[in-house]
Amino acid sequence: MTSSEQAERRTMIEFRNVTKSYDAGRPAVDDLTLAIERGRITVFVGPSGCGKTTSLRMINRMVEPTSGQILLDGQDVAQQKAAELRRSMGYVMQSSGLMPHRTVLDNIATVPRLNGVARSAARARAKELLDVVGLASELGSRYPGQLSGGQQQRVGVARALAADPPVLLMDEPFSAVDPVVRAELQAELIRLQNDLAKTIVFVTHDIDEATILGDKVAVLAVGGRLAQYAAPEEILRAPVDDFVAGFVGRDRGFRHLSFLDGDHVTIHPIETIETSQLADPTVSVRSPWTLLVDPEGRPHGWIPAATRASITSQAEAVPGGSLYTRGGSLRSALDAALSSPSGLGVTIDDDGRAVGVVRPAEVFDLIEAGRLDRGRDHFNTAV
Amino acid sequence: MDYSSSNLFVQMGEWLANPDNWSGSRGIPMRIIEHLGYVGLTMLFAMLIAVPLGMYVGHTGKGRVLIVSGIGILRALPTLGMVFLFALLFSRGVLPAVWALVLLAVPPVLSGVYSGIASVNSTVVDAARSMGLTEWQILSRVEVPNGLQVMLGGVRAGVLQVVATATVVAYAKADGLGVFLVEGTQVNDNGRLFGGAVVIAVVAVAVDGIMALLQRFAISPGLRAARPAARSEKESGRQEAVASAQGGTT
Repeated sequence: MTSSEQAERRTMIEFRNVTKSYDAGRPAVDDLTLAIERGRITVFVGPSGCGKTTSLRMINRMVEPTSGQILLDGQDVAQQKAAELRRSMGYVMQSSGLMPHRTVLDNIATVPRLNGVARSAARARAKELLDVVGLASELGSRYPGQLSGGQQQRVGVARALAADPPVLLMDEPFSAVDPVVRAELQAELIRLQNDLAKTIVFVTHDIDEATILGDKVAVLAVGGRLAQYAAPEEILRAPVDDFVAGFVGRDRGFRHLSFLDGDHVTIHPIETIETSQLADPTVSVRSPWTLLVDPEGRPHGWIPAATRASITSQAEAVPGGSLYTRGGSLRSALDAALSSPSGLGVTIDDDGRAVGVVRPAEVFDLIEAGRLDRGRDHFNTAV
Repeated sequence: MDYSSSNLFVQMGEWLANPDNWSGSRGIPMRIIEHLGYVGLTMLFAMLIAVPLGMYVGHTGKGRVLIVSGIGILRALPTLGMVFLFALLFSRGVLPAVWALVLLAVPPVLSGVYSGIASVNSTVVDAARSMGLTEWQILSRVEVPNGLQVMLGGVRAGVLQVVATATVVAYAKADGLGVFLVEGTQVNDNGRLFGGAVVIAVVAVAVDGIMALLQRFAISPGLRAARPAARSEKESGRQEAVASAQGGTT
């Protein structure tokens, strides 16, 4: 197999010189050429008016390009019947777009029903999907108006998955829910994607969301120009121009740490005291900061040596910072260290038990070492 | 008919209480059946015209201006005048009267159907299209069920007007509840005139009640069971739409 054939197999959706202009104005999408990989999440990100939604909607022909071609699995989408093409792709939008007159189950079963699946089979499949997207099965008989925004979005995702399409198009699906629910939904999408390996095209204006979800990120500039198309790590580390750098924002250095794993961070032992021992004044502490843990070993704050004598209950302990799960990214390691009142980042294992602490200076050393490594790679490839 | 008093209400009561008026081919029940027959015939023609037209305009958004001005013109036509015009132009008998009633019923049905379809949340329609529903499926499975409340409101308004106005048939042919009004005026029988009017009013209220009940059953519970905040918003919007569908027709 030649390398171009391999590339073709990897590509699920391909934009070839696609332009969309409305009337005589500036184009909404300008000569876009881009290959979207099979089984990966590709994110279109950019400010308002960059044509990201227009680009997405051209894939399922909700918008027709003015010129250029879009290939789905090697086939020009313009040659396919619009309704059939759309049924072969799941579509999730910002407001769930659920049909208010149908129950949750019937909403999810919409596309299978259109494809001629019997009602009972379609409903059975819909019930499974409720579980897949993390909703209780009794919600199936409710109407969309009776659900919260987050639940509606989950139903929207379930509906898009119902016919088991190879491609999912997601148009700012999580932007209308609150940040906590959004984080949950993002985590859920990553979990789902690990199981399902769909080709997902995801549109967002939020660069954080783009870097969290995307295997690859396409940054679009106003006027529908593709500014950069790369792995999120690369976009944060090496934005190609001022537009991308500006769009990625001030925190990009810190966010980039998410992509560096913390396997090599040294975890130091830490003196601990159990909550049950607090009330006993004979149990003294030696270190300047002692970690308070419960009988299962989970951290519950800090006991400074200076005020040990006055602390008799858990409520009086100094609240701890964020926790670093062993093996996580350097970003969370550094955040744990920086947010901790003791300056020591509490490290836990997968069961939530404290296993030690990380020191900020050592995290910095690793960041520095990583940067030098990359510099050398860059140097080598340049030669 | 002889009345025991010259009081209008007493005469009406005596006319309604007289068993002779409740039997035979000229009795009240037979007249009600005839009357409802004309209402049914009129609504059938009116809906054959207005429902497809309203759906087309509501779904595509094409011809809105035409529809709105057309409705305005139709509403300005005097029904009784049209009965005589059609009778002179085409034929004797009952059909000219029915055509005149159709002209009366088309505006409320048309505006109800049109605004019902057009009122459906465009996001829901867009989502349906994105999922691969054909235009016909979007209309039949999304727009009609969601716009049904407003659509039926228009039909209801039309029926109510036709029930009240189908009395004009009596000018063309001695049929329907209008007979009591026409004859009552001709022979100066106020009991019959007033009693006939009351029967028409009762029939109109009863028909409207039945339609309201049907409307209730036809609407998906999902459209009523919305969360409290969403519901008050939606329902007030719906009532406005119904009001506009009915506006100017009474």
